[in-house]
Amino acid sequence: MMLLYNILIIIAVLLLTPIAVGLILGIDRKITAKCQSRKGPPLLQPFFDLFKLFGKEHVITNRWQYFCTYIYLVSAQLAIVLLFLGADLLLIFFVQASCAVFLVIGAMAVPSPYSQIGAHRELLQVLTYEPLLILIIIGIYMTTGSFMVDAVFAVNRPLLYDLPLMIVVLGYVLTIKLRKSPFDIASSHHAHQEIVRGVHTEFAGGNFGIVELAHWYEIGLALCLCMLFWATSIWGALAVLAIAFFLEILVDNISARMTWSWMLFHVWLVGFTLAAINLIWLYMR
Amino acid sequence: MDETVKNTKPQKRLKPSSDAFKQVREAKIGLIRKLIAKARIKSPWLLHFDCGSCNGCDIETLACLTPVYDIERFGIINVGNPKHADILLVTGTVNHRNKKVLKKLYDQMPDPKVVVAIGACALSGGIFRECDNVVGGVDRVIPVDVFVPGCPGKPEAIIDGVILGLQKFVQKQKGAKDGD
Repeated sequence: MMLLYNILIIIAVLLLTPIAVGLILGIDRKITAKCQSRKGPPLLQPFFDLFKLFGKEHVITNRWQYFCTYIYLVSAQLAIVLLFLGADLLLIFFVQASCAVFLVIGAMAVPSPYSQIGAHRELLQVLTYEPLLILIIIGIYMTTGSFMVDAVFAVNRPLLYDLPLMIVVLGYVLTIKLRKSPFDIASSHHAHQEIVRGVHTEFAGGNFGIVELAHWYEIGLALCLCMLFWATSIWGALAVLAIAFFLEILVDNISARMTWSWMLFHVWLVGFTLAAINLIWLYMR
Repeated sequence: MDETVKNTKPQKRLKPSSDAFKQVREAKIGLIRKLIAKARIKSPWLLHFDCGSCNGCDIETLACLTPVYDIERFGIINVGNPKHADILLVTGTVNHRNKKVLKKLYDQMPDPKVVVAIGACALSGGIFRECDNVVGGVDRVIPVDVFVPGCPGKPEAIIDGVILGLQKFVQKQKGAKDGD
């Protein structure tokens, strides 16, 4: 019975995550267009983009690229499935890190200089947010006394009361993961030149569609981590999600793309400081 | 008793060789095809290549991307990468220097793809037609699907050209289906 229940959860997560994330990205593009006094694309635009990519010719430069794309997709799916099965946060963290690294290896498997530079920038982004993510997980451990996701639901009060600064740190992680300004260094949606498309430059056709789908699962995982901060009620979780996402869109629209050195210095300075204050406060209490 | 069981069972589960099974499979493939065909029209990504233009047509092309004309409402995005593009916009005359670049960009785009030539120069070579170094229009190097006239082409005409290019996708799809 338990096995059947788990299988149902896995199927539901794999199917519903792309639908939810696609709709959220559609809303994002609509709001961004409204901010710039444009009409903007239809709400279902991300789905049209994805289906179109799947319908295109599979162009690959070498077999490694193909391999890395599929590992990227599978590990992104695995990370979010583990979260919904209530697994260990550290395990989810490592699976998520491997998924981020396989995208980089895929981009590095090609001799194109644009792809190479993009891959290096992506690695720097991973280097920037991964330590912060692990500090957030440590914060959750110090609050609940366990690394398991289930333990978050066992505590009767929202994590937000104990980790108020950690959600700001998670905001930085989310901005980098969503590839929003000022951290859209490795690859940007508004790429009019190859160098700005960076890590995605050499993925083409149906293969690029798989990379997009995997990125949706990654976004899903990051947004679910946000919702974990108010896990006691569904409305609270949705409110955290809505506020976090609205702030992402706002920051995206009011800031310009910065350099990787600025990102590393700024995010580590602010992120580590806030995380340290929060952790020390939890320890002293 | 046994006979009735034998008669009812095969109806529930279709054999891969049966006509009904083939019909179901065809219907499923048809549905996916329709979905992708619709998505293709709704999400054309552009690559703009300046093939030695005077920049008049380029300014008009980029004007389409501004909030005034806002072509993103049709799902159109200007990507600077042939590997992600569905539609190639070419402005300016083709000369012996850049014809290789043009051909290479076209070859790097994954199928299905459409080429839109913009402005008098891209159509025929324009006033530079008789020059030594000029090959002529874009269609001398790669197959062109839509010609947008003008010197320079107006943004409205360029948008019309791209929308016409989308209809070419449907025609190409139909052609491919008949070919099968």
